[in-house]
Amino acid sequence: MTNLSVKEKDLVRSFFTQVSGKLDEIGHQALSRMLTVYPQTKTYFSHWKDLTPGSEPVRKHGKTIMEGVKEAVNTIDDLPAGLVNLSELHAYTLRVDPSNFKILSHCILVVLSMMFPGDFTPEVHVAMDKFLTNVALALSEKYR
Amino acid sequence: MVEWTAAERHAIVGLWGKMNVDELGPLAIQRLLIVYPWTQRYFTSFGDVSSPAAIRGNAKVGNHGKVVMGGLDRAIKNMDNIKGVYKDLSVMHSEKLHVDPDNFRVGALLSDCITVVVAEKFGPHVFTPEVQEAWQKFLNVVTSALSRQYH
Repeated sequence: MTNLSVKEKDLVRSFFTQVSGKLDEIGHQALSRMLTVYPQTKTYFSHWKDLTPGSEPVRKHGKTIMEGVKEAVNTIDDLPAGLVNLSELHAYTLRVDPSNFKILSHCILVVLSMMFPGDFTPEVHVAMDKFLTNVALALSEKYR
Repeated sequence: MVEWTAAERHAIVGLWGKMNVDELGPLAIQRLLIVYPWTQRYFTSFGDVSSPAAIRGNAKVGNHGKVVMGGLDRAIKNMDNIKGVYKDLSVMHSEKLHVDPDNFRVGALLSDCITVVVAEKFGPHVFTPEVQEAWQKFLNVVTSALSRQYH
């Protein structure tokens, strides 16, 4: 786990506050892009009626994901402890291959850049990238 | 041999037509050097690239951004033979520049920085999920061609 500096944590928190009004749309866009650009990820959602961008399951799940990310921001000082429930969910129930965390993170970063041009500076980008990497690590903590 | 659908060709060529390589190239390279600082190892001859301020102010870095993005133009004009067209560039990156090809890949470093900068420029109505898919496929083919001659 790469430690975020105090400055980086501040950047993550303040950028997240800035984007907090659009979390649902961010989640929807990121998930839509993941399913479209990386079709192998659709295998995790074979139980959904509709996997197209704009559909109700995709919108709903995008919102769920970003609520999880928001929870992570609130526990940024100790992600493994703060995300213990989500970690167990991913390890024992969802069992998403960890390679997919990187894919989703990339899609989130692209969407943040796209929806907040000018604000998603390289400095914010590196802080968010490190943060999402650590979130992924915390989520896969209990895998084995 | 890479198969491109008509929709993919249209998306890629359309996006490229709207891009200003002189604007986006420097932004992509600056982002690479700031977000993935270990890539600075390849730019020691460019002068000071040790801080975001130095990176942003470095004219050689900016210029190199233009060179790199400009290199994509050759791929755009030869989408059915990117492998052939990039053979010499691949040899150069391996033998002369000694760049770890993992740096180019989609899912890494430079390709991702280019995608982020393109997304920033065009917004969700132009850079739709389908366009992103085509664009990342294109970058995948380019980076595969660039990695091909390493041995």
